[in-house]
Amino acid sequence: MKFDTPATTNPIDQLKVIGKPTDRIDGPHKTTGTARYAYEHHEEVPNAVYGHVIGAAIAKGRIASIDLSAAKAAPGVLGIVTAENAGKLGKGEFNTAKLLGGPAIDHYHQAIALVVAQTFEQAVAAAQLVRVKYERSEGKFDLAAVKDTGVKPKPGLGGASDTAVGDFAGAFAAAPMQFDATYTTPDQSHAMIEPHASIAKWEGDKLTVWTSNQMIAWSVGDLAKTLGIPKENVRLISPYIGGGFGGKLFLRADALLAALGARAVRRPVKVALHRPLVTNNTTHRPATIQRIRFGATKDGKLTAIGHESWSGDLPEGAPETAVGQTRLLYAGANRMTAMRLAVLDLPEGNAMRAPGEAPGLMALEIAMDEMAEKLGLDPIKFRILNDTQVDPEKPERPFSQRNLTECLRTGAEKFGWKQRNPKPAQTRDGRWMIGTGVAAAFRNSLSMKSAARVRLDNRGMVTVETDMTDIGTGSYTIIAQTAAEMMGVPLAQVVVKLGDSQFPVSCGSGGQWGAHNSTGGVFAACTKLREAVAKKLGLDAKTAVFADGHVSAGGRSVPLGQAAGPAGLVAEDAIEYGDLDKKSQLSTFGAHFVEVGVNAATGETRIRRMLAVCAAGRILNPKSARSQVIGAMTMGAGAALMEELAVDKRAGFFVNHDLAGYEVPVHADIPHQEVIFLDETDPMSSPMKAKGVGELGICGVAAAVANAIYHATGARVRDYPITLDKLLGHLPPVA
Amino acid sequence: MKPFTYEKPRTPAEAAAATARHPGAKFIAGGTNLLDLMKLEIEAPGHLIDVNGLGFDQIEATPEGGLGIGALVRNTDLAADERVRRDYAVLSRALLAGASGQLRNAATTAGNLLQRTRCPYFYDTNQPCNKRQPGTGCGAIGGVNRQHAILGSSTACIATHPSDMAVAMRVLDATIQTVRADGATRRIPIADFYRLPGDTPNVENTLQPGELITHVTLPKPVGGAHVYYKVRDRSSYAFALVSVAAIVQRDGTGRVALGGVAHMPWRIEAAEAELPQGAKAVATKLLAGAKPTEHNAFKVPLVERTLAAALLEAKG
Amino acid sequence: MKNLHEPDQMRGDFELTRREFIVAGTAAVALTALPGVGRAQPAATTSQSALPLTKVSFNVNGKLRELELDSRTTLLDALREHLHLTGTKKGCDHGQCGACTVHIGERRMNSCLTLAVMQQGASVTTIEGLGTPENLHPMQAAFVKHDGYQCGYCTSGQICSAVAMLREIKAGIPCHVTSDLTARPQLTAAEIRERMSGNLCRCGAYANIVDAITEVGGKSA
Ligand SMILES: Cc1cc2nc3c(=O)[nH]c(=O)nc-3n(C[C@H](O)[C@H](O)[C@H](O)COP(=O)(O)OP(=O)(O)OC[C@H]3O[C@@H](n4cnc5c(N)ncnc54)[C@H](O)[C@@H]3O)c2cc1C
Ligand code: SF4
Ligand code: FES
Ligand code: FES
Repeated sequence: MKFDTPATTNPIDQLKVIGKPTDRIDGPHKTTGTARYAYEHHEEVPNAVYGHVIGAAIAKGRIASIDLSAAKAAPGVLGIVTAENAGKLGKGEFNTAKLLGGPAIDHYHQAIALVVAQTFEQAVAAAQLVRVKYERSEGKFDLAAVKDTGVKPKPGLGGASDTAVGDFAGAFAAAPMQFDATYTTPDQSHAMIEPHASIAKWEGDKLTVWTSNQMIAWSVGDLAKTLGIPKENVRLISPYIGGGFGGKLFLRADALLAALGARAVRRPVKVALHRPLVTNNTTHRPATIQRIRFGATKDGKLTAIGHESWSGDLPEGAPETAVGQTRLLYAGANRMTAMRLAVLDLPEGNAMRAPGEAPGLMALEIAMDEMAEKLGLDPIKFRILNDTQVDPEKPERPFSQRNLTECLRTGAEKFGWKQRNPKPAQTRDGRWMIGTGVAAAFRNSLSMKSAARVRLDNRGMVTVETDMTDIGTGSYTIIAQTAAEMMGVPLAQVVVKLGDSQFPVSCGSGGQWGAHNSTGGVFAACTKLREAVAKKLGLDAKTAVFADGHVSAGGRSVPLGQAAGPAGLVAEDAIEYGDLDKKSQLSTFGAHFVEVGVNAATGETRIRRMLAVCAAGRILNPKSARSQVIGAMTMGAGAALMEELAVDKRAGFFVNHDLAGYEVPVHADIPHQEVIFLDETDPMSSPMKAKGVGELGICGVAAAVANAIYHATGARVRDYPITLDKLLGHLPPVA
Repeated sequence: MKPFTYEKPRTPAEAAAATARHPGAKFIAGGTNLLDLMKLEIEAPGHLIDVNGLGFDQIEATPEGGLGIGALVRNTDLAADERVRRDYAVLSRALLAGASGQLRNAATTAGNLLQRTRCPYFYDTNQPCNKRQPGTGCGAIGGVNRQHAILGSSTACIATHPSDMAVAMRVLDATIQTVRADGATRRIPIADFYRLPGDTPNVENTLQPGELITHVTLPKPVGGAHVYYKVRDRSSYAFALVSVAAIVQRDGTGRVALGGVAHMPWRIEAAEAELPQGAKAVATKLLAGAKPTEHNAFKVPLVERTLAAALLEAKG
Repeated sequence: MKNLHEPDQMRGDFELTRREFIVAGTAAVALTALPGVGRAQPAATTSQSALPLTKVSFNVNGKLRELELDSRTTLLDALREHLHLTGTKKGCDHGQCGACTVHIGERRMNSCLTLAVMQQGASVTTIEGLGTPENLHPMQAAFVKHDGYQCGYCTSGQICSAVAMLREIKAGIPCHVTSDLTARPQLTAAEIRERMSGNLCRCGAYANIVDAITEVGGKSA
């Protein structure tokens, strides 16, 4: 199905199932421990042996020698895979560094060997007996130090490296009100609770891998490419994923090494990255240095907007596209954005929840707060004053829909913004200094091709198959809701099968594109199935009504099961997009409101209230969508207050590489959170009229926290995370 | 993990005999620190002596009017004990500020005292660390050292002792009771229990190999207001950046000890004389000779401010 | 004390690696610790039978289970890899996430930080022992109702933790935010949040989890 004209009324608009806050259909499995994750397929693979990954002990250099003899002789050891004995390996399209290093080492904890043994305990112990001698070479590990060596990166998902409209320099120089500040955001870790894990099994030259992966088709391709075998010979199965956040978008060492290990020992092999390895072995969100300049009239109209961002990555890597939102968020006739990418020999940087926008808004939305204060304007008023309904870089492109102003107004009302004293450091609650902050949320909504297959059997059961994944996003449930709505059956009549490369290729889970595209694909397949049903019964597909398990037209009503007959009916289709997303800009919007207390003695910040208002098209399931948003707000709170991969700038690695060292929010950090979805539908986005929401929720949160801290204390911190050491010098004396 | 043999003796005598038979053996109690380290082969005992069958799991009044706490009393039970909550509240508070509910259910009194540092270089066996592997250097000096010590550190090691409970024990003047492999018992005042790193940061306390902790005794209650003030980046389930254990009497006199600043709970009795003068005076004495690192200079003002907050809280 | 990270020593060969230290330092220990196992066995002849296995039996979800295990096996791996009770999750294997929380007796514990052999004779309850998809435990049902999970990987641990945590409040065990140590703790949101902080949820379902626990706790109080 080609989606190239705006959606008109369709069966989804009935909203009998779609749009309801339905409990997740996978809930009873997830809450009873019966949902099977990557490492847990004992039934399918009863005889797997255990692989343990060894990570490089240096950040850059080469392996001078590797002595496996002691490890090979250790009890239970079946084989050891290294680059030396693994045969020729390619490199995946989506990988920057090789997944199996050696002799050259590209980053710390890059996998250099897999030790396979009968038991987990034996594999882990034997891995310690592998003797490696390294030759270390100089590396670059300090972004601030290499920033100025940054070059223009190749255009990628985040667009061109530079954009310019009008005369930024002239307008900035001429502006009566100017603002110029630099912000930093640190390296961050996905820190999903399920580590990367895979079980690999060969049958002849056919490989099956049970894994934990957000993008099945990408990773089938990259695994085949890396192994040098045809794609058709690779099957990936990933029905449940214990969190990804971008960290499992790609083929990683666990899957490759499980495959290599299984080939070497001729037995199925299971591999989970041990936690201390995950951080440096896999990808992370790269640190940024961002400079933001505004020029404005005295009454607060932005006339010049400049945003530059520097980040680093391994050679041939990509930048953190932190200026993306600035190209679209606020009006202003003269503007420039630029990204520069320097070479860093730290582990590979890559996507983490809302890549680009998340760190970009961490800076931009503090800058907006600072500028509003400079102008003597309320920060909400200032944002509304500079709203735009068209792409500011290409004014001929309108937004398909843009309710940012409405989000800000609704939130202000709900949060009690009116009562706020605009002056900072005025409110106390015992030893707590209280402040509130706001930030705009913005994230693009991407259109991605997505396919599905739908079966109808003679009992009237509808089965959906697609390689879409559910990473906690609720895909199972919204796909079931879509099929139920389209086929006119209750939710209980729908079975959803996901995450298997034998199913049609979906959009996968990433970039908050999952929900609207994957359900769009199901919509397309169901539309075909409706046609097939109608055709089989000789009914007019256009006027046929699918409801209550029946199809009815022209006075006839037939149970769906009967229509399917003993052989059943199958339909497969994909949603494909025209140029609607070129003609108009598809984005999602929101506003975050946060209240913090800062301990006047110690500078500890504790969040007291959080509210998000989101405008993201039709909300397919308000319950799971709300969960996506509160989860993202939680991650945003972490980004604001605690999350930072600490770089050892001499040895070149992230030092705090476990879940005790890299602190993410715990229960006690997160207060009650409120989420409001504006009631909207976006006919330009897809037949579902929905857009993404899972990443919108993190965008702007950290800045709202930062602004609240400023409001509480009068201390403006521009370097994340805002830990107490950065506030101590600004706090009042302790009585 | 290195392979090991395992036994679970029933009596202290059996345990003592076991240590004599297996030099390099380790006791295991809750296992929450030892197993953590064994998995990384930072600890690699060839023999494990499970002390969970030895009893030592009661909290009993002592003839002196204090409390005798069995080495195997779980952190949860110690914190919840009515007498501890009433008379030694600083200990309850310190325990409850540490780790998580699950971990406190497993962790024991002795194990908590003997837990090792959380220095990330100590935990990463690719990195130099004099504590883990004497003579290799210290990764934290000149590296990432925001959590590290500002007091009593050496050029060999700047690690902190991570226990919250130990800070309260220090301020309460606890005594550690042990039995050695030869059956001899001794009582070690906590002031003499921990060592500064010096040139041998691998030696953390004055226990001898095979020496088993049986009890920790508290002297009779000293009254006063008890406060344990722990400062950390997240609200819970995190080690202290700085902590203050304080017992303050109505007349303003009292005791304080610091956590998160040194290789041991940090208490300087002489500083306590300044308590009536307020936090600044005490902090000045406590922090005399402080040597912050590149990333932890903030601990100096933080100690003073936290101390002030703790004293305020003690006033009620 | 030499410091390997002094700039002049950073260049050149970095030879002293972890693996060298360990081989040099503790190889002898490994030998003495493995009675009957020769050091230089060729890989082909090594097998599981070369291991000194320890017999251990404990009760899991009401059933007596007898296992022969490598003494290094944690309770978590015994459950997941030997008994195939994969509902209990391994998030970190180091006590840092709570995903492996089970009940030992009445108490919640991190099953990754205890050895199976140490649990001889114990009664262990895992998520599978609380309820089934067809017959959910009230806490499981409340998690479904309140959407107290997303990816589901921390969920078993959260639920096991929550069930035992309510017992702890009932038993009067205080926590860090209990304001009066001498009074009985109450079931407040702040108490729940503090007590549940040993269970990380990176998906950030915290607010919903607290709603679920509050509902169940309120009913049973
Ligand atoms: C993620 C995480 C967070 C934590 N957070 C905190 C925190 O915030 N604050 C805090 O204070 N602690 C914290 N801890 C540490 C925790 O308190 C300790 O792990 C625990 O107290 C150790 O007790 P155990 O009984 O489990 O010791 P074990 O691990 O059994 O033993 C520890 C050491 O003590 C020795 N030992 C045990 N019993 C005896 C005995 N009777 N005689 C002689 N030697 C003995 C053992 O041989 C071993 O060397 C945390 C731990 C983890 C994993
Ligand atoms: S501070 Fe101590 S524990 Fe940490 S690396 Fe240095 S020597 Fe090791
Ligand atoms: S797996 Fe046990 S606490 Fe993380
Ligand atoms: S539901 Fe994913 S970590 Fe909690």
